[in-house]
Amino acid sequence: MWRYTFKRLLQGVITVWFIATATFAAMHLVPGDPLASDKAVSEEIRANLEAKYGLNEPVWKQYTIYLGNLAQGDFGISFTQKNRLVNDIIREHFPVSATLGLLAVLFAGLGGVIWGALTALYRNRLPDIIIMFLVILGISVPSFVVAAFGQLGLVSLNNLAGFNVLPVGGWGTVAHMLVPAMVLGLSTMAYLTRLMRSSMLEIVSSDFVRTAKAKGLPPTRIFTAHQLRNAVLPVITVLGPAIAAITTGGFVVELVFAIPGLGRYFVEAVQQLDYTVIMGTTVFYGAFLVFMVIAVDVIYGFIDPRVRLE
Amino acid sequence: MRQTPLQNPAASSEDSFIRTAGRQLLLYTLMAVVAIGGLMFLLDALAGLVGSESGNTAAVEVERNMITISLRDEPPQLDSGQRADQISGMVLGHIMEGLLIRDAESNLVGGVAQRWEVNERDATFWLRKNARWSDGEPVTAHDFVFAWRKAADPAQASEYAFVMYYLKNGEAVAAGELPLEALGVRAIDDHTLYVELERPTAFFDKLVAFQTYYPIREDFFHSTNGRYSAGAKELLYNGRFKLTNWVHGSSLLMEKNEHYWNKDDVKLDAIKVGYITRDGHSRFNFFKDNKIAYARLEAEQLYSAMENHFQIRRYQDGSLFFLEFNHREDRPTSSWHLRRAMQLVTDSGELVNKVTKLPGYLPGRSLFPVYLRGVNSTFREEFPAPEPELDPQQALLHIQQAKAELGVEEIPPLTLLIGDTPIAKSQAEYFQEVYQQKLGLDIKIDAQIFKQRLDKMGKADFDIVMAGWGPDYDDALTFGDLFASWNLNNHGRWAHEEYDAMVAIAQNSIVPEERMAAFARMQQLIYDEVVILPHYERGNSYVTHPQLKGMVRRAVGSDPDLRYAYIEAE
Repeated sequence: MWRYTFKRLLQGVITVWFIATATFAAMHLVPGDPLASDKAVSEEIRANLEAKYGLNEPVWKQYTIYLGNLAQGDFGISFTQKNRLVNDIIREHFPVSATLGLLAVLFAGLGGVIWGALTALYRNRLPDIIIMFLVILGISVPSFVVAAFGQLGLVSLNNLAGFNVLPVGGWGTVAHMLVPAMVLGLSTMAYLTRLMRSSMLEIVSSDFVRTAKAKGLPPTRIFTAHQLRNAVLPVITVLGPAIAAITTGGFVVELVFAIPGLGRYFVEAVQQLDYTVIMGTTVFYGAFLVFMVIAVDVIYGFIDPRVRLE
Repeated sequence: MRQTPLQNPAASSEDSFIRTAGRQLLLYTLMAVVAIGGLMFLLDALAGLVGSESGNTAAVEVERNMITISLRDEPPQLDSGQRADQISGMVLGHIMEGLLIRDAESNLVGGVAQRWEVNERDATFWLRKNARWSDGEPVTAHDFVFAWRKAADPAQASEYAFVMYYLKNGEAVAAGELPLEALGVRAIDDHTLYVELERPTAFFDKLVAFQTYYPIREDFFHSTNGRYSAGAKELLYNGRFKLTNWVHGSSLLMEKNEHYWNKDDVKLDAIKVGYITRDGHSRFNFFKDNKIAYARLEAEQLYSAMENHFQIRRYQDGSLFFLEFNHREDRPTSSWHLRRAMQLVTDSGELVNKVTKLPGYLPGRSLFPVYLRGVNSTFREEFPAPEPELDPQQALLHIQQAKAELGVEEIPPLTLLIGDTPIAKSQAEYFQEVYQQKLGLDIKIDAQIFKQRLDKMGKADFDIVMAGWGPDYDDALTFGDLFASWNLNNHGRWAHEEYDAMVAIAQNSIVPEERMAAFARMQQLIYDEVVILPHYERGNSYVTHPQLKGMVRRAVGSDPDLRYAYIEAE
């Protein structure tokens, strides 16, 4: 088992190195100039700027310097936020994204399991039809629309109530997180609902459930121990990638609700060609995703012995 | 396993199972809600550690004498010597003060300087003895000398180092050819600053209001170990407000600076930036929810703003937008006849009324926007822009001549380089249609993100580019020298001897009448030679909280300006 874990970790490190290299290459291949600004600068000022960011070196040397710094966990200084280290940007803003993401995953996971179980239980009856319709909506409506409507809803709610029920944006308290987290987790919740429903339906008609019923086990026990517990396994499998996707994919929600998360810096850096921030956040997110998947695999290995053998 | 005796024969039926299981599911749901609730409280405590006290302040807090606003972006650079963007400029304008400042009526008045004298080749500033930093120390002439040398220092790599070229040896110092001490500025004593100019600069007094000329105290700068302006504690303030809290990406708190020399004139106790987002719809929602004191309006929000009876205001933000031609010889746009033909069918009034459709936009007529000052009144009142002619018939004749001039059967397709914003795209499509229908020209639109557009402009990879220009300082030269043959921002590389001569007069003369006559000639040359086709002078609409008064909007300098703002009692 430890060997398996070690092997997976090594694969992870290689994947991250590959991500770092691909990002570096892409960065230097896209057209555009990270130092360009509204007003043209003279050659001497330009040379000073290039020297400051090490862009005057040949590309292979920039690459070795970059990998060397990366190995020490140093991503350099941002091109646009000129006084900030990329490390500081990640350290200050990732916890915000992570907190929001965690809450969103919780909403999505619990909601998915509950709605999925409910629809499977009331298969082809009214609750099933209504929820599955909402699920289709949740999956197909893009998050910027959901976020905008969510915020508009809050504004109307506060206006109707005549006082502040929930803040329409900003960050700091739990009240600020509630609606953004729901918006962020919505499509994952919808997806998990479908997954849970089909997995549940499969199990309802399986032999061991029929046996349990024939044995005359109490319904609550059959439902909890035989049906729910087995049906939830596929949901846990996709939860790892889902956590990574939600935590890193909050750009739109962060923008609409004015939340100081990392997703915003990530996307804006691409628009601004901020080399160091793009590379820093991409490698960080890449590593996060890779190790999230590894963590789930390892946990799975502990739960399910068959995985270990393979 | 123990068997539970069946109490009801129907219990084994499907319906009963569903009912029981459903109840169980409800129980789990309740447990989940309780669990999430508990976790939220935990997160609440955690968020206090990582986040801010973004809190729930109203747009206008009468009791705390504070207003809350939003910013489009986090200020990227609060080091005045390095700053190059508008948002940092807005914040800096409130927390720092230069030698001279603009008052609420936009008159140039003394800031740190009490008295000043600008001559042909030098200038002297006598500083107020009571001007102080936020730690109580006096602001001295040495702080200006340090800041100006730092701005010119090649090791600092400031994008705005060129602002120091007006000082004697400025360019040589910035290029590293002369030591920093050679820069034409020195402190005669603690309260007298003496400046030597590279050449006569008629607008030097206006220039020192620019933020690159703000003071920075040397000992404090060095005490931050290279992290000057990275956070609220890594800055020293001499403006009306001081930054007391700055949570990156989230909030800034500017509080009244009790050491400010004219603190009795500061009416607000605090300005809080509560929200930072690029999303204009979000900002308008914050305004509707009474969370921020003003918000810029986009076209689609106008109706909602009117429906809500909000106070809608407008102002000219100072920027001019235009089509700029590539004048290099290998480009078809080097043909005057082609450019003239396009000029004869370009109706900037129609563009403003039918395409941009935003209130406050003025149709472009000249390189020089309407607010620039002339000798006695505004420049444009003294020297009206050439009347635009619209003559499609004449234009077609010019197209024929252009073909002959270029030696081609058909004018080759022209590349129109634009930004990737929706407004730029709709304008580009409008021009594409106008030039296609009226002149039979084939215009190819090349939409690029900001940095790539700048890159292509720099590399002359365009025939026509949709460009804009905002003023750096309050003098017509900030627009006029744009098309001097040596100006690096002259992306189309238009070169004209007479124009260069006029720019030289405007740069070197200190006689207002002579300078304005030179600008008038430039205005005419730009039109006659069809260097650019002006589109519009941009206007913005915004809504304000009814109790917020005294907010100043500016075309030049820090905007919006809340230094003189106050809250009116209901």
